[in-house]
Amino acid sequence: MTANNNSHEQQYVLETHNLDIYYGSFKAVTDVNMKVERNKITAIIGPSGCGKSTLLRAFNRMNELFAGTSIRGRVMFDGEDIYARDVDPVEVRYRIGMVFQKPNPFPKSIYENIAWTARIHGYKGNMNELVENSLRQAALWDEVKDKLQQSGLSLSGGQQQRLCIARAISIKPEVILMDEPASALDPIATLKIEELMQELKKNYTITIVTHNMQQAARVSDYTAMMMLSGEGERSGTVIEFDETNRIFTIPKDKRTEDYVTGRFG
Amino acid sequence: MKEKTIVQGFANNLDARNRKGVIWHVIFQASTVVGILALIALMLNVINSAFGYVAYEARVDPDSLAVDGTALEEQSKEQLVALLQSTLSSGAYNKLDNEKPFVDRSREEVFQLVVERIIRPQVVEVWNLWPSLTQPDEIRATVTKDHPETELDFVSWLTYDFVTRPQTSEPFTAGVRTAILGSLWTILFTILLAFPIGVGAAIYLEEYASDNWLNRIIQTNINNLAGVPSIVYGILGLAIFVRTLEPLTSGEVFGLVDPTTANGRTVLSAGLTLGLLVLPIIIINAQEAIRAVPRSLRNASFGVGATKWQTVWSHVLPNALPGILTGTILAVSRAIGETAPLVVVGASTAISFDPDSPFSKFTTLPIQIYQWTSRPQDEFQSLAAASILVLLVLLLSLNASAVLLRNRFSRRF
Repeated sequence: MTANNNSHEQQYVLETHNLDIYYGSFKAVTDVNMKVERNKITAIIGPSGCGKSTLLRAFNRMNELFAGTSIRGRVMFDGEDIYARDVDPVEVRYRIGMVFQKPNPFPKSIYENIAWTARIHGYKGNMNELVENSLRQAALWDEVKDKLQQSGLSLSGGQQQRLCIARAISIKPEVILMDEPASALDPIATLKIEELMQELKKNYTITIVTHNMQQAARVSDYTAMMMLSGEGERSGTVIEFDETNRIFTIPKDKRTEDYVTGRFG
Repeated sequence: MKEKTIVQGFANNLDARNRKGVIWHVIFQASTVVGILALIALMLNVINSAFGYVAYEARVDPDSLAVDGTALEEQSKEQLVALLQSTLSSGAYNKLDNEKPFVDRSREEVFQLVVERIIRPQVVEVWNLWPSLTQPDEIRATVTKDHPETELDFVSWLTYDFVTRPQTSEPFTAGVRTAILGSLWTILFTILLAFPIGVGAAIYLEEYASDNWLNRIIQTNINNLAGVPSIVYGILGLAIFVRTLEPLTSGEVFGLVDPTTANGRTVLSAGLTLGLLVLPIIIINAQEAIRAVPRSLRNASFGVGATKWQTVWSHVLPNALPGILTGTILAVSRAIGETAPLVVVGASTAISFDPDSPFSKFTTLPIQIYQWTSRPQDEFQSLAAASILVLLVLLLSLNASAVLLRNRFSRRF
């Protein structure tokens, strides 16, 4: 990806245009048009199986790691199509980081989790400093500074997830995608992650998939409501996309209203 | 506990379910016991043959070989050499001298030769361990009655000398050193061929190959190859390594042997043949191990912008390594015990010098065992039993070192 031709920064970091996502011949996500604004948190909510995670993984081309997935339409990152032929998916994932539902630190030491990530991208600077800064930004430093050589897997679930966030931000991505990052955590660990997201938003653009509507309402600036529709109710799409407080207070779509007020189904 | 009120449509059948569980439990336990009994029977059978009484007679009485009142055991090396020279035909003597000049041989070696060539103890009768322990008196009585001139000794066929001596045709001086070294050389080339290629193929098939009909055919064929009888691999090895690649496997292209006598029936051919034999097993096991690396770990690596190679090298392989090594251990154990393909490839049955290069002629322990068990004399059955014990120990120690290696690698963070 070359630097953007326009010298001014785009307001929208990610944009999708008529995005369809297929698993083989099955169309899992239909016709998504949404924009992710810089330094904001955009939440994607909706019932299980409506394609939220699939959509999120389309933003950094993680879907391709599963055999048989393909897309139609376009995903623009800083105004450029990340699915263009000359774009290396590895670079997309380098610039658009990801945090997964289940904490997945590498089975290496806490230090190595971050150092390895930095090293593969050719980081030559002061590694100790980078590790410390990343852990500090992820609000994990004070808890692990005395045991950096212990395994990342020895931490609690919430700490592991923050280690994954530290790992993701250590290579300074422009966007962080979070796929239900707190769904495997208890309320206290969840709260910590949410506070952390508010902190990270100053420097990063965050897109989060969540099942938890309160979480979306608490942390996000914009919310995309997804639901199965079209294609005989088997393919997911974004039925409403707006500022979060509008989605939760004055939704335009009846289905959104039913879902956010708990009257769904 | 008070019994639960029966809900309509449900039966209170907990007792029946538990009984069924107990029955299956017993069946599974019985299967295990059968396996263990079979193993014990095998070991007892081997041990039974490897030790026991032996009645033997010397063809030449050692006492008659005393010179000037010096008993044979106390004679110097020079006296023993002179004895050999005077007793053996000059042809036989010169042959021995050519194999290794007498000047270079130690006194022990020369004494061995005297025993082998002149005294030539001959086995009259062999008893197994069980009768030797339970009825020694009957054995002694029989020997005194039937073969009064023989000596009766309780021997262990498995001795330090047995392990360190080369093969001979005399049961008392036969050893398995050449066979052990042959097995080790062979297995070395097997591992050198099969491990890197097997792991490489597994990585390709699991990580890089796309799911199309060609790769599915390749996969199916690898699975089938793992079940091909080993003798077929022997024929393949004979055709490819022994015949077609003879200049290479005999060492001719390296200028190591005379082209007119070059022979592809070498340690190298045998090792490569066994390598082909275990290759599918190693590939399949390595694939399993690679597949077992959790998807979340790959996601983590790709998610931070690692390339496929970085992911494979830093995460997939280290995590799959214990499994890959386990599969390799199993495969190599199989290769060590293989006999049939080596018979076809041309293992020598009688060979008295150590293999010392990839281009040596060779025999291996299973070949040696096979050859001894096919002889009618009881003493060779005992030698075979002793070699089986050696083979088992070799196998167990190779496995143990491989397991240690694996545990080192699997000490995860």
